[in-house]
Amino acid sequence: MMRYFTEDHEWIDVADSGETATVGITDYAQGQLGDIVFVELPASGTRLTKGGDAAVVESVKAASDVYAPVSGTVSEGNPSLEGEPALVNTAAETDGWFFTLVLDDRSELEGLMDEAAYKAFVDSL
Amino acid sequence: MADDQHTATLPLPADAWHRAQGARMVPFAGYAMPIQYEGIVAEHLWTRENAGLFDVSHMGQLLITGAGAAEALEAILPSNIKEIGRDRVRYSLLLAEDGGILDDLMVTNRPDGLFVIVNGACKHDDIAYLREHLPDEVTINHIEDRALFAVQGPKAVDALRRLIPGCEAMFFMEASRFSWGDQLLEVSRSGYTGEDGFEVSVPVDYAESFAEVLCSLPEVKPVGLGARDSLRLEAGLPLYGHDLNDTVDPVEGNASFAIQKRRREEGGFPGADRILKALRDGPARKLAGFTVAGKMPVREGAPLFAGERQVGTVTSGGFSPSLDHPIGMALIDAAYSASGAVLDAEVRGRRVPVTTAAMPFVPHRYHRRGVA
Repeated sequence: MMRYFTEDHEWIDVADSGETATVGITDYAQGQLGDIVFVELPASGTRLTKGGDAAVVESVKAASDVYAPVSGTVSEGNPSLEGEPALVNTAAETDGWFFTLVLDDRSELEGLMDEAAYKAFVDSL
Repeated sequence: MADDQHTATLPLPADAWHRAQGARMVPFAGYAMPIQYEGIVAEHLWTRENAGLFDVSHMGQLLITGAGAAEALEAILPSNIKEIGRDRVRYSLLLAEDGGILDDLMVTNRPDGLFVIVNGACKHDDIAYLREHLPDEVTINHIEDRALFAVQGPKAVDALRRLIPGCEAMFFMEASRFSWGDQLLEVSRSGYTGEDGFEVSVPVDYAESFAEVLCSLPEVKPVGLGARDSLRLEAGLPLYGHDLNDTVDPVEGNASFAIQKRRREEGGFPGADRILKALRDGPARKLAGFTVAGKMPVREGAPLFAGERQVGTVTSGGFSPSLDHPIGMALIDAAYSASGAVLDAEVRGRRVPVTTAAMPFVPHRYHRRGVA
């Protein structure tokens, strides 16, 4: 399993096979958003395009878009977020994952950051 | 939006203190303002149960003086200004010639003149409007050497009375002056959260020490703009630039209580023709509250539909921390604005049912004269 990060503060865990992945938002992102009250997830089967809209996360104050880190087809949205959207606040990078998908092209992972690069990126903000 | 008019971002007098409290600062109405400290929901619920300290120093504090000031102000505002009792506070509106609302404001009849508090984002336009419309004998003093704080919540009185004994004797919409050390505080029992509370005008040099002393009391924590917005929305209080603007008249905006009986009979204020007609015949559209089943907020700008026909637009929408579901306000065609109407909001291309509801969503707890 390898974890990558985007500059829009999504993380993506890619299975060793390179074919499937899990996507969420980073702990830094949830901290910026504040209290999360609703998450709109893509339905299974939805085709996502790298950089395109994938989900919407609503805090008390505002709605924010979440983008697809890579292109692919959604296999499952996280059912736990429906009843407990605050999981994104408490466990953004574990139980608060957003969706899983089947990758179109694993070469799209090139250019995403690894954990160290993302940490340096956040420190620079 | 009016917030964008003044691009320079000024620090509040207590800027360093806010940052030391861990505030996240954002640009708003030309100032760097604290949007939250520990989090909007925690601050919101704390205010409803204890007391929150809000820095509202971005708002305009004006003192209007001179011979005939009350008569002159009454000619441009739709409220009974001449009849405001000494040390009483009244809500009023600045109106365009066509009756649209230019700003909402509070007028206090103080011994030293008529004290007017206006919205931060509108204050420069308001001052220009007042200068243009008030006669030369009437002076407008923009008080820039005082900060303004609101202490709001059921325990606000317990906290503030320890700092300034005697403030507890005031009732809602009353004002008075108190000594704090060798400083003078101008205090009114008012606010915009639906809770009992006070607004306190403090010399800018003492803004930080006032905030520090208040927040050292166990009842009080600092609260940011985020919770200020969710609190006022639950209280059904409109926000200028969102629920009210220059296309909305006071009858449409649910603000016709600012126009007392004598003014309705006599008229003689900007937009009187349109406003008196709307009072007589009913408005074409009305600001109404709505609730949302489920958890997805319906935000400002979302259109509301009855079948395929658009009958309204959301003006404020968010999540109610007290009620744990989304709420909002919308300008809705009069035929659909009565409580209980089921409409569809369109959010990201999807229809979401909403139900119009009476406001406030959370009952007011003002300390009113004559109420036990």
